[in-house]
Amino acid sequence: MKELFELFVSFMKIGAFTFGGGYAMLPMFQKELIESKKWITDEEMMDYYAISQCTPGVIAVNTSTFVGYKVKGVWGAIVATLGVIIPSIVIITLIFSILAEFSDSQIVMHAFGGIRACVCALILSSIIKIGKKAIVDKLTLCVFILVTLFSLFVNFPVVIIIVAFGLLGFGLSYTKAFKNKFKEGIRE
Amino acid sequence: MIVLELIYEFFLTGLFAFGGGLATLPFLYDMGARTGWFTNEDILRMIAVSESTPGALGVNMATYVGILTFGVAGGIIASLALVLPSLITILIVIKVLDKFKTSPKVRAVFYLLRPATIALIVMALLSVAKVTFFTVDLKEINSFASFFSSVNYKTLILAALLFIPITKSKLHPIIFIAISAVIGIIFRL
Repeated sequence: MKELFELFVSFMKIGAFTFGGGYAMLPMFQKELIESKKWITDEEMMDYYAISQCTPGVIAVNTSTFVGYKVKGVWGAIVATLGVIIPSIVIITLIFSILAEFSDSQIVMHAFGGIRACVCALILSSIIKIGKKAIVDKLTLCVFILVTLFSLFVNFPVVIIIVAFGLLGFGLSYTKAFKNKFKEGIRE
Repeated sequence: MIVLELIYEFFLTGLFAFGGGLATLPFLYDMGARTGWFTNEDILRMIAVSESTPGALGVNMATYVGILTFGVAGGIIASLALVLPSLITILIVIKVLDKFKTSPKVRAVFYLLRPATIALIVMALLSVAKVTFFTVDLKEINSFASFFSSVNYKTLILAALLFIPITKSKLHPIIFIAISAVIGIIFRL
């Protein structure tokens, strides 16, 4: 029960302070879930993101469901999902009913100029931290560069990129080099 | 039975929109045109509001449309209907994944997916950076002079100053966000 409550509070915090959608949640996830509570590892975080991109629905919600399940099973998944969406529901409801002029106000606009700059610095810092665990050799560096160039110059659906590299990984797992690399049980 | 319709529409959106909040937009335009619950202007207004409120864009949209059609209860119902397919799909994926977690094939797949995910997060960062550090649309920039004159130096300096404390300190991101909001108001960013 205590763990469910902690889960709920953590995800409420994440939902309430993430500006800019699913990807911008990375710094919050990293602080709350990986560093503070140690519920998941950097690697697991990246795996959840990868799956969340090619399953239907909002990325932030998908990732929260994953982490919730990891910590406390099906109930954990439900509690984490509710936690991350409740701040949105409350805030939008408030704006709709009492603060209609909210987004047009000058003060709010300036505050968001500052927040956006901060979000950029936060995401960059997270990318560097987590990237070291993802880009570990020449092959992974190639994948990173390839996907970056692809997304920059070709307007390609993310789902297809993820599925394509997933299949490539699956295919490569039949090669000798990969068989040695991922021998069962070695990295667990 | 507008409540059932509302649940049905958002459940379908949640089920078929792949790739996060922005992916729900085509579904919403279509929904608005078919049902007449809201106009395209409502959607645009909501995107603007979503940019300055926390949380996932998809959930914000669902809440807004729900309120427009059925009041506060509608907002709650539409949001829950939107996330229900996610919840179900992810739970199924987890069950399957748990079985094969230690399989070398699954590990090989994620070994390649991790750098791809990092690249996609870099792309997300670039799209936020574009609106944060430039005062005009990048497409309108056609010379070095116009490039330098359209850079928003105030936000760029703030981000640069924040970067080292963010990387080195153990403080919670919420603290940095709060400080930046205050700085933004003081220096009119």
